Amino acid sequence: MSAEASPDEGPPGLRALWDRDVVKIAALLVGIYALYLVVGVLLDYSIRGQINSIASLTFYIGVFALLALALNLQWGYTGLFNIGIVGFMAVGIYTTAVLTKQPMLVAETGRAGGFGLPLWLGILVGMGVAALLGLLVALPALRLRADYLAIVTIAMSEILRFTFLSNTFEQFTLFGHVVGLGGGSGLILDFTPPLQALFTALGLWHAYLGLVDGFGAVIPNNPKPVVDALAYGVLILVFVAGYYWLLRRTGNSPFGRVLKAIREDETATRALGKDTDVFKTKAFMLGCALMGLAGILWYMTSGAITPNTYKPRLTFFVWIALIIGGAGSNTGAVMGGAIFAAFLFEGPLFLQNVISQFVQVEAPPSFGPAVAPLIAHANPVPFLLFTVASVRQLQLVIMGLVLIWLMHNRPDGLLGHRKEPASSVPLARRPGGGEPTAADGGRGGSNRE
Amino acid sequence: MAETAQLARAGSFVRERPLSAFILVVAVILLLDLVTGLATGRYQPAFIATYVWDGLMRGLVIGLAGIGLSMTYSILGFANFSHGDYITAGAFIGWATTYAIAGGFGARADIGSLLLVGAGGSVFGGALGINVANTPFAVIAGLVVAGVFVIALALFVDRFVYKPLRGSGGITLLITSIGVAFALRYLIQFVFGPSTRGTTASGTVPSLAIPLGSGFLKVDAHDLTLLVVSVGLMLGVHLLLQRTKLGKAMRAMADNQDLARITGIPSERVIRSTWIIGGGLTGVAGYVFVLWKGTIGFNDGWLLLLLIFAAVILGGIGSIYGAIVGGLVIGITASLSVVWLPTGFARAAAFFVMIVILLVRPQGIFAGRETA
Repeated sequence: MSAEASPDEGPPGLRALWDRDVVKIAALLVGIYALYLVVGVLLDYSIRGQINSIASLTFYIGVFALLALALNLQWGYTGLFNIGIVGFMAVGIYTTAVLTKQPMLVAETGRAGGFGLPLWLGILVGMGVAALLGLLVALPALRLRADYLAIVTIAMSEILRFTFLSNTFEQFTLFGHVVGLGGGSGLILDFTPPLQALFTALGLWHAYLGLVDGFGAVIPNNPKPVVDALAYGVLILVFVAGYYWLLRRTGNSPFGRVLKAIREDETATRALGKDTDVFKTKAFMLGCALMGLAGILWYMTSGAITPNTYKPRLTFFVWIALIIGGAGSNTGAVMGGAIFAAFLFEGPLFLQNVISQFVQVEAPPSFGPAVAPLIAHANPVPFLLFTVASVRQLQLVIMGLVLIWLMHNRPDGLLGHRKEPASSVPLARRPGGGEPTAADGGRGGSNRE
Repeated sequence: MAETAQLARAGSFVRERPLSAFILVVAVILLLDLVTGLATGRYQPAFIATYVWDGLMRGLVIGLAGIGLSMTYSILGFANFSHGDYITAGAFIGWATTYAIAGGFGARADIGSLLLVGAGGSVFGGALGINVANTPFAVIAGLVVAGVFVIALALFVDRFVYKPLRGSGGITLLITSIGVAFALRYLIQFVFGPSTRGTTASGTVPSLAIPLGSGFLKVDAHDLTLLVVSVGLMLGVHLLLQRTKLGKAMRAMADNQDLARITGIPSERVIRSTWIIGGGLTGVAGYVFVLWKGTIGFNDGWLLLLLIFAAVILGGIGSIYGAIVGGLVIGITASLSVVWLPTGFARAAAFFVMIVILLVRPQGIFAGRETA
């Protein structure tokens, strides 16, 4: 059993180093951070501002990498076209919220309580419910064509959003507790802050507070929110490493090889005696649980959750991230998540901040006043100001164009063809040797489930 | 002995397809509830009729826009997620035309505001007195421009986005169409602004109240416009595909593209015709939808898209009759579901019907009767 399936015996030196996937990811991250820091220094950002922008960048790199990794298991490995990602995220965080919110025994209008369970339990159950929802969708839908599965999953995510929005489930009593989904105004997350809960459980809370005080030297007043954000970003990156490790193990296991075989040719896989439906269902559920956890990690610290956060566009963000990196490769998923977060998700807003630092002129309120001077007096300034002010809309236009460009020019992702082969034996010609590898014999027992 | 044979057949149906049987039972129960409710006076006839009429109107829009989606789905082989934003694009360009004409090309309001359909609350359709009775010419011009613009848009996007990807598989095209949808939707938002605003002078639309039981069913001129335009166009497409070789060529293309090409069918020309017919209907659907509901927003088409998918799948991909019937079923389901479900679940009910159809009859009701 070779855990490292990729041909690592390349030329020595830098090439070999670059061939290592971890090095690629690290180099990309260092590059992105350096870019942000340099721009920050050029703009004369305060230390607080610098750390804040780095923290929020880390957070988004982390969550998009998590989601892209989970999607890679479903689409890249197994070929399951899930465009209901946001539904699984929402179910995860809503389950956690309802379970862990402070209990409320007497109904009050406009508010809902929870069961007051510990946070770790809420997270586990949240993942479990996301996986069960995955099972519910998968049981009937996996028999369908990929495009039908797509439509079923996106419809499911919308049905869930309508359910969260509906005032029917805004508040109800369950086991003597007043609970609910909060309707359109959402739920307030009133449990112990996750970082505090984690560090207290590890017995490190005082050490952490000491660290925060240490930061007081560089950030004079109230360093805690900034340090918290940074620490949480790092925590998310730890989860990314965990996901990466788990999915790499899964992908290289006999189970993972069956998944890749299904992606390549389901009929052939079934002819080999694999019950492909079971494999697909398991992979789908695992992916959904991971999406649920990613949703929980994303919104756990946001203070409150509202249903309209979970619109399908979030799903498409994750898809763009995965396609940038190249479906079928975990390294690609992480790098795609990082590139998406740094350049498409956070980048335009960062740029907007940068420009608004220099130009403090009020932008025109709408397209008409913005474009009129351009036509009448060939004066492009109002139009440019309006463009900068509308970055939030234009970044979605850019994402759409990037997606089209990728599908035309780089359908396998920026890194090129990265799909891991389904076989555990390298089927390509050995680099140097020249003679083809025996694809049939030699390793008989090792690729059996 | 015919009865026992029928019973036996029913028995085997229940055993072989328990899910279908269960859904049939639920449908029958709901229908019985409706009938007994109407008979005993538990439901007011006018109350039910209003929902059915509303559903019929929505269904016609969904069906009209669905024809184009269904045609491209079967001929090009991909689910076009940008279809909803073609609807929005048609609606905005069409309404810009209507505003410009009704506003006297800048005589009654700033021409820029008119062309941007009153972005940022600069001018309101109600203030211009727009409706089909007051300003019939502006409405007809808007209708035509909406159709023509979406034809041009669809051909443009096809030329530069989809054509280079011909033959690269349904999923690649689907993902690309999501990119088109994003670019288009937020470009529309960038230009026309994010707010949803009123477009018609709804108070002055001629309407008649049909007495039903103790209440009234209100039908106004915009309902009738929508009915006439959509049924007319549906008939037109039907005749076009039945009477010309184009319909036959489309059926052949949907069936087997390579074989069609060998037989000498000019496949690119057929694809172009598909976009022209589908795009035109889609643009008109977007325009009349806004005329009927009286408001316009950059998300309108996207919100309609999943319902259109539901209709197209329900009817059977590739069948224009399927798209029409599917549209009516989905529209009426969404409206009428409010009788039993809380109002927030109207769209959820329609999606649920679609999922159920995908599970019990993925080929759709009109399966096998492609494009005609």
